[in-house]
Amino acid sequence: MKTILIAFGLVLVAACVAKAQPNTACAVAQHLATADFRLPHVAAAIAAKRLNISVIGSASSSPSLAATSGANKGYPARLESLLGQKLPGVVVTVTTHAKARETAANMETQFIRVLAADKPALVIWQTGTVEALRRSDVDDFRSVLEDGIGVLHHGNSDVILMNMQYSPRTELVTDPTQYADAMRIVAMQQEIPLFDRLAIMRHWGELGTFDFNEVTKTIDTAAQVHDCIARLLAHQIVEGANLPNSVGNAIR
Amino acid sequence: MLVKPLKQEEVLASAPPAPGPRLAAAAPAHERDLRLDLFRGIALWLIFLDHIPSNVVSWITIRNYGFSDATEIFVFISGYTAAFVYGRAMRERGLIVAGARVLKRAWQVYVAHIFLFVIYMAEISYVSSSFENPLFAEEMGIFDFLRQPDVTLVQALLLKFKPANMDVLPLYIVLLAGFAPFLWLVLRWPTVALAGSAAVYILTWTFAINLPSYPSGTWFFNPLAWQLLFAFGAWCALGGARKLGGLFNSNVVLAIAISYLVFSFAIVMTWYFPRYASYVPRWLSEFMYPIDKTNLDVLRFAHFLALALITVRFVPRDWPYLKSFLLRPAILCGQHSLEIFCLGVFLAFAAHFVIEQVSARLAAQVAVSLLGVAIMVAAASVMAWYKRIEGQCPGRRPTDADLAGGEA
Repeated sequence: MKTILIAFGLVLVAACVAKAQPNTACAVAQHLATADFRLPHVAAAIAAKRLNISVIGSASSSPSLAATSGANKGYPARLESLLGQKLPGVVVTVTTHAKARETAANMETQFIRVLAADKPALVIWQTGTVEALRRSDVDDFRSVLEDGIGVLHHGNSDVILMNMQYSPRTELVTDPTQYADAMRIVAMQQEIPLFDRLAIMRHWGELGTFDFNEVTKTIDTAAQVHDCIARLLAHQIVEGANLPNSVGNAIR
Repeated sequence: MLVKPLKQEEVLASAPPAPGPRLAAAAPAHERDLRLDLFRGIALWLIFLDHIPSNVVSWITIRNYGFSDATEIFVFISGYTAAFVYGRAMRERGLIVAGARVLKRAWQVYVAHIFLFVIYMAEISYVSSSFENPLFAEEMGIFDFLRQPDVTLVQALLLKFKPANMDVLPLYIVLLAGFAPFLWLVLRWPTVALAGSAAVYILTWTFAINLPSYPSGTWFFNPLAWQLLFAFGAWCALGGARKLGGLFNSNVVLAIAISYLVFSFAIVMTWYFPRYASYVPRWLSEFMYPIDKTNLDVLRFAHFLALALITVRFVPRDWPYLKSFLLRPAILCGQHSLEIFCLGVFLAFAAHFVIEQVSARLAAQVAVSLLGVAIMVAAASVMAWYKRIEGQCPGRRPTDADLAGGEA
């Protein structure tokens, strides 16, 4: 009898684990997506029940995900729906501004326009990919980041920097480390959160959560990865909004 | 004025790096300083581990705990041993002969680099043609250079196109190519030579000079800046270390060095835990950042000096563990540095390939890392064995400086 009960209990646990799979799979990297600095404008927007977020980045895999019939499976669309669930009563809008092979410098020129059009409380600036692929000058990249963050702060928006994807094959040609380091240092100095997509995806690869060496033409893995990115990002944003004032309260 | 032969107790580390009987006969007073081999061997392992992209084992390497990394150790010791080997040649045979030997060595390193590049191209061509995944649609654009082999190959021969992790050998080639005049000068007026090297370093920083790269940008390791460390190594080998003897024994200097290492460790930790970055005063972070690896930032140089100072202080020349079997593998690797370095670059490619094609999991990363180091040790052992049996046969030794230079 006891054995049967234990066996039953184990089956139950296994079933729960299996059902919770998508969430727990992403969550193994949760510790890498902590909000190190406060997001005051997001907090104010949540209080006012209306949260506008702009995602500005080079296209990466988003367009192919967005182009599929039916639901948009890129992380910005997933972020919008996840934040809507996490923040009941708040109207969440996520607007994407993505172009293929866009450098940080090109993106920066659009900031004023995006700020005016979207009135975002938060801009997620996804960059570094094109610079790493082209091996652009790191100092130039760094100063573009600093200037851009200044423009966004001046436009009363919080900023989260998102670095490049972990892409094991391209690391054979070019090492993204110095660009990722530049983003880390700038985020630290400007006291804004960094969404360390590189480290998070690398961690998933190490643990076998995702196989980034899979050869495929379908977008299934890509859609799952984007869903996971959206989950961690939503977690980071809400945490950043809830941080007490004493943490990383940059004078702006 | 020629530099007097160094006395054993006076220098940081001063043995001829080659165990060849000829050198041993020429310098009977010197026993080989195993510390050089040990630390160069360890540096070679660390460079190998750091060169496997996204390798979890690279967390143990020193770059994660302070400003400088294994490259500094490698360049310094290479300068040190090059000065030792070619300095002797220059004293005995003059500028022309020694200069020719240095250039010959640079040529060997160049050939080794191109050989590695060919292996790299084979791997990258295979990888790029066998891969497809919409997740990486944008990133795959990086393989576009394969469509223009004419340009890519010529740029590689000119040392302008250097893929990730193939930056150290080109640096070494340029450093060796310019080494003979410096060596000539350091043998006559060591202080002037070192000051000249520092002046080049300062000018490089002031005017932001660097060599061009293809398709864009500049060299990842700027030879005009990194020459300072190479020159400093050479200067130490040829009597400079003796001049610094007082500093090595000063407790004040030791305390400063330890404090600096602790400071550097704390700063590096804020990179991993940004929340604590707010404890770093703004003026300090504005002064420090960016810490420039390309141009050998002063903070990195100082970190290396602090490490070296503490090492010399606590690992004496006659440290008994240097003879122990535990350190033997690292010493063996350090004694065949060019070969083991090249093997390490190749093994890093291979490890990356295995991680991609077989498994990217933690266990696989640890396995390929350990296996790679084991292969490096095995190869070094075979080379040491071969050198030993060659040496036992009189009159069969190489007639030029290859063996000696082989360590430089």
